[in-house]
Amino acid sequence: MTAPPPHHRRRHRRPAALAAVAALLLPAATACGGVGLADTSDTFTTMGYGMGDALATVRVEKARKTLGTMKLEVNEGAFDEQQFLSAVAAGDPPDAVRMDRTLIGGYAARGAIMPLTECLRDQDVDLEQYRDGAVDEATLDGTVYGLPDSYDNRLLLINGKVVEEAGHRAADIDTSDWQALRALAEDLDRTRGGKLTRIGFDPKIPEFFPLWVRANGGSLLSADGRTAKLDDPRTVEALRFTVGLIDAQGGWGGMKALRDSFDQFGAGNQLVRGQVGAYPMEDWYVSVLAETSPDVDLRTKPFTDRRGEPVNYVSGYSWVVPKGSPHPEEACEFITEMTAPDTWFAAARAKAAEIRKDGSPYIGDFTGNKVADRRIHEEIWKPTGNAAFDEAARQLYAAQDNAFSVPANAAGTEFRKAWQSAVNSVLSGDAGPREALEQAQQRAQAALDRGNTERE
Amino acid sequence: MTTLLTGERRDRVRRWRASWRRRDTRAAYWFISPWMFGFLALTAGPMIASFVLSFTNYDGIGPTHAVGMDNYRQLFEDPQVATSLLNTLVFTALRVPLSMALALALAMLLLRVGKAAGFFRTVFYLPVMTPSVAVGILFLLLFNGNMGLVNNVLGFFGIPGPSWTTDGSWVKPGLVLTTLWALGSTVVIYLAALRNVPQDLYEAAELDGASRWKAFRHVTLPQISGALFFTLIVNTIASLQTFTEAYTAFFGTSNAQTYSHEAALFYVVYLFQQAFQFMHMGYASALSWLLFAVILVITVIQAKVSKRFVYYEGDAR
Repeated sequence: MTAPPPHHRRRHRRPAALAAVAALLLPAATACGGVGLADTSDTFTTMGYGMGDALATVRVEKARKTLGTMKLEVNEGAFDEQQFLSAVAAGDPPDAVRMDRTLIGGYAARGAIMPLTECLRDQDVDLEQYRDGAVDEATLDGTVYGLPDSYDNRLLLINGKVVEEAGHRAADIDTSDWQALRALAEDLDRTRGGKLTRIGFDPKIPEFFPLWVRANGGSLLSADGRTAKLDDPRTVEALRFTVGLIDAQGGWGGMKALRDSFDQFGAGNQLVRGQVGAYPMEDWYVSVLAETSPDVDLRTKPFTDRRGEPVNYVSGYSWVVPKGSPHPEEACEFITEMTAPDTWFAAARAKAAEIRKDGSPYIGDFTGNKVADRRIHEEIWKPTGNAAFDEAARQLYAAQDNAFSVPANAAGTEFRKAWQSAVNSVLSGDAGPREALEQAQQRAQAALDRGNTERE
Repeated sequence: MTTLLTGERRDRVRRWRASWRRRDTRAAYWFISPWMFGFLALTAGPMIASFVLSFTNYDGIGPTHAVGMDNYRQLFEDPQVATSLLNTLVFTALRVPLSMALALALAMLLLRVGKAAGFFRTVFYLPVMTPSVAVGILFLLLFNGNMGLVNNVLGFFGIPGPSWTTDGSWVKPGLVLTTLWALGSTVVIYLAALRNVPQDLYEAAELDGASRWKAFRHVTLPQISGALFFTLIVNTIASLQTFTEAYTAFFGTSNAQTYSHEAALFYVVYLFQQAFQFMHMGYASALSWLLFAVILVITVIQAKVSKRFVYYEGDAR
């Protein structure tokens, strides 16, 4: 075969070279994947925030005004640790991020998020307006890193029908008397064909384990977030009791399997179907029940510690500004506005109107901002005539002042994983409470020490 | 001898250079250049970077310092490394032989189906197209101890099903069973290999009075041993790197993480946790090189052992 004349060759070569360059660049362009985080100077991007309801959309609309002519890009969806870390490491982070407060300490210790000291000063933000539990969870070594975007309270949900059919009174259910609680759980639970069909009392561990430890007079971590207290006798006793409570109702396998089969967000949820007698739960679920099953025989009580005092374990999300945020000043203005009382108030009013239009009871919103909560409670919330949900709302507003949270710490996720793994290994029968918590203590303290050393 | 070798090498280099004068050779390199770029930039580059990072305390954000062999020393002190490695090896030991045996049985059935083989081949291949994330979610639904389909079927026969998702002894078998349904690729490879077995060998075996089992044992298996070896290597490596199904079921969401089970902590899941949740990128890099070494050792052993069992057409042995 002879070679084509030179001019033909040239004509062929150009498209071939272009194709090759395109082929070389294509993988690089497509390899990035994931959610695109715009980095153009006139676009403000957020991560971890969803526009689910009026509460979310109205707040964003109000906060958008602080950005002036900038374009706002809300990357909806849950916060993704890999995506966030990759974006920060690549120097291309979003402007503001909404994340679980338990992560804040770990990111703060490694410098992945910025202190809000200057932001609070420049925006003249009164930190006192926020609830202590939410601020503590986002404060590492006295420096605030996040402004609260949610405030999840825990209270006791009681299935009135189930409890009364078993010959008990909802008012008599008392989490301070652990012996009586175990007897009640055994009385309320039901099995059929060897399968658990009703949980009498669900202690909701591992996730609510900090609540049980506090109820027993202990804590998982020192107030300064530097010393793990997982092998404290009060922690061990709380784990032994809660796991024993589950074992008394047939064991973890059956209880977890039943929990997983709940139609939690449907009209045939676990309370309607009588699949659970009583359990501590977050406030958002009361809103879900109000919407999906407003006629359910719901009773609510504060969770009490062993001395009979109300105790409320709170957690939630906060807004942070990542290291390398392209627009840190605008981010500061944006998150301040998102968490301001006026913003919450306007959003809650829109949400309440939306809910009332559907004929469901509005139980209020719990924001982590005391001023906003008070205004929402006094000016928007009003009794609906549905005694169960009116009482739930009153209980929730009352519970706000008895709240605690697990303090921020430099180990972040690693600390949480340590105690959760310990609880899980006891639940699955792989270890005893003391052994599991002693191992977790070593793991957690090593992670805390490492985090603090790297920080210092 | 050395002079001879050097001469041969020089000849080979000369031939390689000469080949560049041919248009076909240049075109071939143009066509494979995207893959070469992909390999160099997206595989070889990160591999070299991860090797360097494995000697540092890199956390993805802050300043990086050299820590010598500390990360590698920590591999031997960290109990989670042994746990996750053991979980992965048990999963591999269960999944690989089971998947190969089942795929071979299906391929042999397909061989006898005749005209409908195309339809069934498509049916068997369809699960391969299912995203692994969906398979992970499916695991929780199918294997729910209370309401799951698997335990309901077992209950129909009077067998009380185990707590697949919470009992440490049953988590891995459950995950193995879940991943077994995506056998399509292995089935297709075996089917092609079975079709290539010369029929005259079966006729000769039949004339010699060989039973069906003996024909399978002494004709089929040796003839398809190349395909068996290939799938053994590929499935072993894939199983040792298993991630998505276990991660989705036990670690993917904050709720799943809360209930995560140590029995489902596979090596790559732990590596991911160290890198992206605990921000120990340097240590995670060391973890990845340990996995690379484990896979390399297992593959070399398999390749050595296979020399005794694998038959290649045209092979003198």
